[in-house]
This record gives sequence, structure tokens and C-alpha cells, in this order.
Amino acid sequence: MAQMTMIQAITDAMRNELKNDENVLVFGEDVGQNGGVFRATEGLQAEFGEERVFDTPLAESGIGGLAIGLATQGFRPVPEIQFFGFLFEVMDSVSGQMARMRYRSGGTHQAPITVRAPFGGGVHTPELHADSLEGLVAQQPGLKVVIPSTPYEAKGLLISAIRDNDPVIFLEHMKLYRSFREEVPEEGYTIPLGKAAVKREGKDVTLVAYGAMVHAALKAADELAEDGIEAEVIDLRTVSPIDYDTILASVEKTNRVVVIQEAQRQAGVAANVVAEIQERAILHLEAPVLRLTAADTVYPFAEAEEVWLPNHKDIIEKVNQVVNF
Amino acid sequence: MKHVLKDVESKFEMFQILNEDGKVVNEKAMPKLSDDELKELMRRMVYTRILDQRSIALNRQGRLGFYAPTAGQEASQLASHFALEKEDFILPGYRDVPQLIWHGLPLYQAFLFSKGHFHGNQYENDLKALAPQIIIGAQYVQAAGVALGMKLRGAKNVAITYTGDGGTSQGDFYEGINMAGAYQAPAIFVVQNNRFAISVPVEKQTAAKTLAQKAVAAGIEGIQVDGMDVLAVYAATKDARDRAVKGEGPTLIETMTYRFGPHTMSGDDPTRYRSEDLDKEWEKKDPLVRFRKFLEGKKLWSEEDENKVIEEAREDIKEAIKKADQYPKQKVTDLINNMYEELPQNLQEQLEFYEEKESK
Repeated sequence: MAQMTMIQAITDAMRNELKNDENVLVFGEDVGQNGGVFRATEGLQAEFGEERVFDTPLAESGIGGLAIGLATQGFRPVPEIQFFGFLFEVMDSVSGQMARMRYRSGGTHQAPITVRAPFGGGVHTPELHADSLEGLVAQQPGLKVVIPSTPYEAKGLLISAIRDNDPVIFLEHMKLYRSFREEVPEEGYTIPLGKAAVKREGKDVTLVAYGAMVHAALKAADELAEDGIEAEVIDLRTVSPIDYDTILASVEKTNRVVVIQEAQRQAGVAANVVAEIQERAILHLEAPVLRLTAADTVYPFAEAEEVWLPNHKDIIEKVNQVVNF
Repeated sequence: MKHVLKDVESKFEMFQILNEDGKVVNEKAMPKLSDDELKELMRRMVYTRILDQRSIALNRQGRLGFYAPTAGQEASQLASHFALEKEDFILPGYRDVPQLIWHGLPLYQAFLFSKGHFHGNQYENDLKALAPQIIIGAQYVQAAGVALGMKLRGAKNVAITYTGDGGTSQGDFYEGINMAGAYQAPAIFVVQNNRFAISVPVEKQTAAKTLAQKAVAAGIEGIQVDGMDVLAVYAATKDARDRAVKGEGPTLIETMTYRFGPHTMSGDDPTRYRSEDLDKEWEKKDPLVRFRKFLEGKKLWSEEDENKVIEEAREDIKEAIKKADQYPKQKVTDLINNMYEELPQNLQEQLEFYEEKESK
């Protein structure tokens, strides 16, 4: 097995699927010769040729439309949106079009498209690069929304996404691209979409998180353990659909929950998780379910982002509130 | 300093073969169509005009739902379609149901689309098309993708897509023609310039004198065609198709046409934005009248032929609307089952709720 960063694991997943299925096409702005602005497609054009891995004109809506058109011809497109903040440019293609292909056609057409995009805060990007917009796509029926937090999972989830016959929005947190390496098998493997993972077991409180916040939650859990609080950390991995069974099993054990997201508070994924927990497990709760989120502002300019973003200390504070309720 | 706009615009003179009197004014551009093919074109236009009239009546009786009238645009719609092959792929706008019907969509399904039943869009495998697009311009970027897919597959086919004059102001219009150009993909982009985007006249839509000239910026061929002249529309589309399958790239075709009716049957009143004089001026250009004169001159069409088609259309429509009315109603459970290949947990629970609700 090789040690890989998350971005290497993502490249490896695409390489695996380009080899596995000749209908898989990888395209987007700068993904060809240049290998992508983050090098996610490094070497893929050289290996698979310009007909399988190619640059597009600089037009996000067009990239989405191109994917839909290619899907009608039996291809399995894997377009890249260079930064997920550019979602607004491709929103119709994503939510107005590919999400509705199956229903609109009564099941006679499908959109087996995996839209990959980097997102996430803490890397000092200009405006509209770092925004956590997963809530916008999670609200769109017909899409699946996947957010990996480790190299191993990124590869398995991306292979599943590419093989899925419904459109998947695959969001890659920029801060995790090269933050650490781990063992990643060289052969292809899948991790099912729509299944959360328990990343750390604990009996006192459940921390539900996804993306970079999983690592903040794990760090918080380490510190809490020193104070005798055993936190269970759940990584949603897929924010649409959400795996409530895994969450509820944990809630029934710990009776206390903090839901963490990097996105703003209003109308987000965390709000949905909280709502489902109180509907399904209120008699198991010893304290209100708390949310830790960013503020309801637009994503800040780079100088303010470190403070704006939730971190492990904020998590510890919330945990103390639910534990001492 | 050289200013080129006027030079560019002068290149986009309207292409015409038959004038308003049904006289051939451009003999050398006459397409090679047999007498039977010429008659078939006329048959389709008459049939479609009757379908339009009956659809409007059925809509008024509450037996159809959403409907965008087509009278006036028959040459643009049906002659461009007539230049296609069965394996060519159509990406229509919402007014382009006639092309789908002549490409193989059963009439009762067209009615179900109008009534708001998903079976209207459940096409057989051999009907190469997407359902009518509601978002103006979205079909243009998708057409680039279909055409690129055909090119990658080595298929000798084209993707053809339709929008109106208003559609050419959308970002997706430019992205679509530009992408197809960049990939030299076999696409035909038809702009049916019926002069009004609901109520906004084309003069307020753009400073461009023609919509065809927008092709120049994308580096693709563009042509403005008399959209009331069935032979000109056919010839231009045939030429675009021939070049596309030879790998010579996409074409933008602007057809100068007019919708005689309202934008849709959902309350639009054209007298609020169109003068009677303008309506009359365009009625004189009616594509059916013009082509009928031409065919009568060649002794290819008679009142008897016309009546036969009208009768045939009426019979078909009667049967199709009956079939559409009798088709099982769409259920919310059908909707839920068509969201994903495999139902996620949330929808599974909602399915159970609606199964019970709909069984009551």
C-alpha cells in the first residue's frame, strides 16, 4: 500500500475509473495538460489521452450542460468545477437539469455525473472560493452530496460516486488536500454513499461533523478525553442523503449531541440533523442538541477567516454546555 | 482604425428560395427533394397546423394543460426537422413539440406532457431526444455535450437544438455555441426568431441586426433564413447537417418567423405588445399558404389532398386525446420512485406515507 494525500487518493480514484470503464470522461477548466489547479488530474491526460481527459472553455454552466449532453450518449462524466464558489454559475445545470433527468424522463434518461469541486475555509483564497455551499445542493432532490475527510475514504467514496447512476456532488475540502497522508490501497475499492462512519467511539457525547470539521472534532475529543469526557465522533461523509441510523444509534448511547458544520448556521445540514434527532430520539436526550456553525454572514475575506471558522476549542465549549446541562 | 460591424452585418442577408407568392427566387439553391418528399413536407405542415388549432381548443376546454402555440412556425420547425436522420438527437424548447412528434413521439404522449404527466416524457429508446426544455437556453449547453458525445463515439449524426430570439440573450446560448465550436462538435443551433420573447421585441433584446451574426464571435457558421420558407429552412439545415457530419463543426441558423398565436395558453394577450398591422404583415408570409401555391403550381397539391390530411389529423387527435385521458393518473409514489435509482432512507419513509395517502 502507498501513503497518499487526499488529493493523490482523488487522482488515484479517477485513474482507477478511467481504466475500469471507457465511458468515464474527466474534464473541466485546466484539468488537461495542466492537471488541474490543485493537480487533482495530474498525469491523467498523458495516460488516457485528450479524448478522455480534457480542458473545457471557461464556462461553468457550459461544463454542467456538457456533462448532461455526454450522459445522453452513454458517457459517465466527471466534470470539475474549479472552486465550489462558482456553483452559482452552474446552478441551473446542477439543480435545474441533472438532478431532474431521471424524474423528468420517467426513468428513461439518467445523469451518472460526478461533479467534483474543491471548497472549504482556512486556505486564504479570494472571495467565492472557500464557501461551504453544500446546503444549497443538499436541498436539491435528485442529487447526492458527498464530502470526504480522509485520503482512504476520498478514494473509495469517489469511485462509488463515479459508478453511481445518479448525479453526485463530490466536495473536496481544500485544507485536507495535503494536510496528511495515510495508507491507501492501490487497487480500486468502494465505500457506500449515504453511510456515515464512527471515527472515534465514546459514551458521553456524540459529535456529528463532516469535512474538515471531523478533524476539529477528533482533536476536541482528544482533549476532552484528558478531562474524562469520552466523545463519539461521527463523520457523515454524505450530507445528502444523511445516514440517520448511525447518528441515532450513537445518540441512544450518549444522550448528548453537538452537530458541527463549517457552513453558516441558517438552513444548513446541521439544522436538519438536529431536527431529525429531536423527532426520532427526544426521550434519549439529556440536553438540548447544540449546533456549532459559522456566523450567518457571507464567507469572510481571508484575514478574518481563522476566527470566523469553528475550531476544536469552540467544540469543547459546546460539549461542556451539553455535558453540564 | 477599422470598424467592421457593418461589414459583418452585410454578410447576413436573409436566405430565401420561395417568395411570398410561392415563386422560386433562388433556383440554384433548390434542395433535391422528390415530389413525394415535397408533398410530405406539406402534409406535415397542414397536420401540425390542425394539431395546433385542436390543442388550443382542448386547452380552452380544460382537457390540456401547458401549451405553447406553434402556428406560423411550421416551416422553421418541420423543415429543419425534415433535414434530419432518425438517429439525430433533438433538444427542443417548450414550443418544439411538433419536431418531437415527427421524430417519433406518439401524439398521446405529447398530450400527456401538456397535461403534466411524466409519461409524456418517457421516450422509447429509439426516439433520440430530450424532453422540451423549460429553462431558456439550457438546451444549448446540453446540445454541445450531445454533439461532443457523438463526435467521441464516431457517430455520423448531429445534435439539433432550438431556442427563440430571447434565448440568444442568455449566457447558456453563448456558452453552448462557443463550446460546440471549440470542440468542432456536430451541432445545429436553431434560433426561431419570432420577433417577440413573450412581449419584448427583438429590437430591445440586442443591438445585433441579425441573430445569425452571433455565430461569428463563436467562430462557427451562421446563416439567417426566411423561416416562413420551407425550402430555405430545409436547404440551410441540410447544408448544416452535411457539414457537421463531415467534421466541419456547428452552425447557427436564425429563422425569421412569427407566432400567429399567443406565447402560451396561460393568459398571454399579444394585443398588448403587437400591432394588428404587424400581425397582418406576417400572416401574408404564412408558410403553408406560400408552399401550397408552389405545390399547386407544380400540380402536386389539391384541395382533396389538403382535406385528406385535415381529416387524418383530426382522427389521430381524437384518438390520442382519448388515450391520454384514459392513461392512469400520475402518482406521488411514481415521482418518489423516479428520483433516484435506489431510494434513500428519507424517501423510503415518504414513499410509505404517500402509498397510504394515495390508497385512500
